[in-house]
Amino acid sequence: MRFSVYRYNPDVDAKPYMQEYDIPLDPTDKMLLDALIRLKSHDDTLAFRRSCREGVCGSDAMNINGRNGLACITTVAELGDHVTLRPIPGLPVIRDLIVDMTQFFRAYHSVKPFVINNDPAPETERLQSPEDRLELDGLYECILCACCSTSCPSFWWNPDKFLGPAALLQSYRFIADSRDQATNERLDDLEDPYKLFRCHSIMNCVDVCPKGLNPTRAIGKIKDIMIKRMV
Amino acid sequence: MVKRIVTGAHYGLRDWLVQRLSAVVMLVFTVVAGLRIVAAEPGYEGWSGVFEPDWMRVALFVFLLSVLYHAWIGVRDIYMDYIQPVSIRLTLHTLTVLALVAYAGWVFELVWSH
Repeated sequence: MRFSVYRYNPDVDAKPYMQEYDIPLDPTDKMLLDALIRLKSHDDTLAFRRSCREGVCGSDAMNINGRNGLACITTVAELGDHVTLRPIPGLPVIRDLIVDMTQFFRAYHSVKPFVINNDPAPETERLQSPEDRLELDGLYECILCACCSTSCPSFWWNPDKFLGPAALLQSYRFIADSRDQATNERLDDLEDPYKLFRCHSIMNCVDVCPKGLNPTRAIGKIKDIMIKRMV
Repeated sequence: MVKRIVTGAHYGLRDWLVQRLSAVVMLVFTVVAGLRIVAAEPGYEGWSGVFEPDWMRVALFVFLLSVLYHAWIGVRDIYMDYIQPVSIRLTLHTLTVLALVAYAGWVFELVWSH
């Protein structure tokens, strides 16, 4: 199988370049991550992140044939004979397919991704009705792989100010949580021309999300709540 | 000056909403004006008659305001992405506002001065 892989080692290389590989795969190499591990056995200078190898940890997000995705849940069969691999776009490259996620997690932390509740802690859990719990489906499953945010042009242009689809999905996850008491503060924080409203609903995020989530819908719901609060 | 990233100008929702509502106004006006123009007698008399009734003048005024505000938000959004230095962006903001006000004056001259 032929691979074109983005290579960059800032200690050695003046600038990034694409390296060509042609390696035979084993019949057991079903997933792109298997193929990458095979590739690394031929060239151990190649650097990429991976951990759970089953689409749960979100470590091996990369740009696969021009589209963001997780190597571990992308089958080799669906890729054709020639695969082009690059790091997810818009974040600084540390080395090869590894990017610096600081900016991404800064946005995530800024939405206070935890339940804020000032009532005294009850003896047992803070209970939710099944209906209230249902609201969180499609929100809590996010694995923070950054496939969505790094496929969003608004995030490319203003990664320091626009929060990006992943952080906004998480923001709505806590706005929608019946146990959370900080809805007003959360909405106040997003009432800004950049943080939320740089989203122009082009839906690249929905297109690439490996978990099949819909950040655009979550962003739309935040806007709905803001309008409800305003009028 | 500290290199702090500052956000939090509280006009996100208002502008987003105005952009959508002004789009609706423009669409409705375009359809109404379009139908009236098609229905009018071809020629100067017929076409100027389209904008003659008082309600049409009011509608045109509301349409004009919608175009200006809609264009302002749209152009400013483009600057937000592509123009990062604050001084250049502020200059462009000023020039854009002046241009839009000038266009408004031009429309008044064209439509209401005769």
